[in-house]
Amino acid sequence: MVPAAFEYRAPTSLPEALELLREHGDEAKVMAGGQSLIPLLKLRFAAPAVVVDIGRVPGLTGISAGGGTLRVGALTRHVDVERDTGLDALCPILREAAPQIADPLVRNRGTVGGSLCHADPAGDWGAVMLALDAELVASSPAGERVIPAAEFFQGPFTTALRPDEVLTEVRIPAAGAGQSAAGAYLKLERKVGDFATVGVAVQVRLANGEVERAGIGLTAVGPSSLKAGAAERSLAGRAPTDEAIAEAARLASEAAEPRDDIRGSAAYKKDVVRVFVQRGLRSAVARAQEAAR
Amino acid sequence: MKVTLTINGLERSADVEPRLLLVDFIRSELRLTGTHIGCDTTSCGACTVLLDGEPVKSCTMLTVQADGRALTTVEGLANGAELHPVQTGFHEEHGLQCGFCTPGMMLVAAALLERNPDPTEREIRWAISGNVCRCTGYVNIVKAVRHAARLRAGGAAEPADEVAAVAPGGAE
Repeated sequence: MVPAAFEYRAPTSLPEALELLREHGDEAKVMAGGQSLIPLLKLRFAAPAVVVDIGRVPGLTGISAGGGTLRVGALTRHVDVERDTGLDALCPILREAAPQIADPLVRNRGTVGGSLCHADPAGDWGAVMLALDAELVASSPAGERVIPAAEFFQGPFTTALRPDEVLTEVRIPAAGAGQSAAGAYLKLERKVGDFATVGVAVQVRLANGEVERAGIGLTAVGPSSLKAGAAERSLAGRAPTDEAIAEAARLASEAAEPRDDIRGSAAYKKDVVRVFVQRGLRSAVARAQEAAR
Repeated sequence: MKVTLTINGLERSADVEPRLLLVDFIRSELRLTGTHIGCDTTSCGACTVLLDGEPVKSCTMLTVQADGRALTTVEGLANGAELHPVQTGFHEEHGLQCGFCTPGMMLVAAALLERNPDPTEREIRWAISGNVCRCTGYVNIVKAVRHAARLRAGGAAEPADEVAAVAPGGAE
């Protein structure tokens, strides 16, 4: 397959990239690792006049912690997350999700930011960032804008980003003093490298034996990555008992809006959500309790 | 657009269209046809090449993205007449049937052994999980990679351990 012809630009600085977007507006498409965009170009589902390859823009790669925030540069590749053992203590869900994305070769090219901006409802990072209450930082010629993950995903392959904006960083809040936090990512797939039939991301923050905050994100069961708000709220201020977890799992399953397809029926997927939320919460709570010791 | 890249140790320059896929550049322009096109949809890994030592799918990369980078294709594995340990491993342990997936499998294996000289069966299966063998010769492929690891470590060419025919697991 051959993509339609396009003009290729490879800026070497963020201002240069932003200037190109300002100039070309929605005729331009930003490319990071290309693992989602190139297949779309080959199928000619996308035919932008200009491809702005930000792969050579410095300063957008890497993971750093400090000031109560974990920062993930938009060009950080899935494999970089997968191999960052420091994340086991800081944010285990990231290292659990990364190796479940696509396959090792795709993870050598694909980026966290690219995947988020592609906003495939079956993409794994969306649910993870929703569960983490992450903030997405967008740059434009006008400056920086911080977008909560809950406002970022607006529909299938649709985000809150404007045509003149580039996602530069994801900010993840860390647990504060006296708190412990951990998460889990569970994914059902037919085979290695497949898109999720169902994915569930959970993150809990514990304080004084109670759930101070719970985050639950769902993959591939709606028009975008979904946040299971009612399920999250049902846990806040409660001890993470079996009953509380079962109740949250039931509410999360109700929040899912899956469709029948070749991967399974809607009813089946809703039940997978329930089971995965239950399992995920149990393991996240156990991890958070372990971290508190 | 002018690109300059290193392929199998040789610097090559060309004027290419931005939409030219890396696999097409390698096969049609450079005439290195050891890199195969299988699914053309980022699924099968027949088009695997090493980009600065890391395996990637060349059907899902533009040639212009490789500007300034170093590529290795299967033709670059051997050192003259001396086979790479992975090639010897695939030969001696019968790690191929039809051979279509073999260049990709060998490149993934070569990159794995650079990073992890003594991989477990599970690690090998994990590493090749983006590469499909339609002959379903995975058992011998895994054996071949383990054999290559021993050869690379300077070990005797003893027969590879029996490898159980189990499904690849997830990450630990």
